[in-house]
Amino acid sequence: MSINIPVSDATQSNEIYSLRVNGQVRQVKDAWIGESLLYVLRERLGLPGAKGACEQGECGSCTVIVDDKAVCSCLVMAADAVETEILTVEGLGPDGALTDVQSAFLSEGGVQCGFCTPGFIVAVHHLLENNPQPTDDEIREALSGNICRCTGYGRILEAVKTVADQRRKSS
Amino acid sequence: MPVLIPRSVDELVEVFQEHPAAKLLAGGTDYMVEVNLHGRKPEIMISLRQVKELSEWSMRASQSRITIGAGVPYADMEHGEIARLVPALAQAARTVGSPQIRAAGTLGGNLGTCSPAGDSLPVLAALDATIHVIGPEGTRDIEFADFMVGVKRNSLQPSEFVHSVSLPIIAGWQGYAKVGTRNAMVISTASACLVRDSDEGIVTIALGSVGPTIIRAHSAEAWLMKSASLRAGATLDPSVAEEFGRQVALESRPIDDHRSTAEYRRHAVGVLAQRLLTRSFS
Repeated sequence: MSINIPVSDATQSNEIYSLRVNGQVRQVKDAWIGESLLYVLRERLGLPGAKGACEQGECGSCTVIVDDKAVCSCLVMAADAVETEILTVEGLGPDGALTDVQSAFLSEGGVQCGFCTPGFIVAVHHLLENNPQPTDDEIREALSGNICRCTGYGRILEAVKTVADQRRKSS
Repeated sequence: MPVLIPRSVDELVEVFQEHPAAKLLAGGTDYMVEVNLHGRKPEIMISLRQVKELSEWSMRASQSRITIGAGVPYADMEHGEIARLVPALAQAARTVGSPQIRAAGTLGGNLGTCSPAGDSLPVLAALDATIHVIGPEGTRDIEFADFMVGVKRNSLQPSEFVHSVSLPIIAGWQGYAKVGTRNAMVISTASACLVRDSDEGIVTIALGSVGPTIIRAHSAEAWLMKSASLRAGATLDPSVAEEFGRQVALESRPIDDHRSTAEYRRHAVGVLAQRLLTRSFS
């Protein structure tokens, strides 16, 4: 899978700006203005969890949270994301531990090749934050922007329902 | 700063006047595709993210009008009060892209891009929306019919931007429908918005993706007014709905492209018109 790498523009190359990612302020140096948040996360900040595939907002594999909204990081201009709170898949669990959503994807078989998984994990966390007990239709709607070509989605839906059940029982 | 970030409408006016060649960036869902895939090279960008006033909406009950800021995302139009007041806009908003796109993409962005496939645009056309714009000379209002002038072309002057859109609250039925290759996350191959004002006995219909601009089917609207009662409580003869669909299709001006053929688009938009009119009576 290749990712479209923006060409650096010399006239803009000494720009510096800061992004707040997973609670940390990260400086971005020598960036080109047209770089997407996806590119900056992966290539400049060492956060390769968000994946690049379609680069046009259709596949959802680059999903991150910006100011409490799940968005496609490929369509966010990184330099425009200053002063926002960015949360990536790396920031969901404490100290690299799996979250309940990640564990459920494993136990329910919601992962095959794994490429789309980080985007799904972020989208599912966002869904359950805002709607802890979603109906099947609400799950399908919330995940309609994330494409998986392996699982057929059934196992992913099961994983979401498993987490919703676990959270209800433990609350 | 690589991206200029005004904090208020006044600052936006000022900075856009200083940099008339700058590109305005709202949700980025159209523009970043151009950058990522089509070699677009941004130079000076003006971000609208921090101009909070653009993300507000308000309702003037005395005038039966709602005003929606250019920065309001589709997600905020799908449900809640805006959806209750302008149901067709909510229906159109729900068909835009994916939840991720609807969280970012805005009403003003749809007007800025001005694609014939822009989902909110047939709604604005059918409701005779007024576009409030601000520029170096101050504010002015543009009727939607005069706003969109071609494929991805609008009548904004240099350093002018869309501030908000005002729409009438209509008593009666309104709906949006579109045809695409799948249900979720699809760009329309044909779309239509129909508004039936049952107080006034008027139906308006606007068509998307079947011409260089959004098309109002004025002849079909006029024919329908002569051929059926459109007021509350009236019933509709199915043959009238069928003929209405046929006449709407005749007013479309579709082309063949990678998404569909002109023939299919003309057929589909007629079916959408017939269905929407029938629904407005059910």
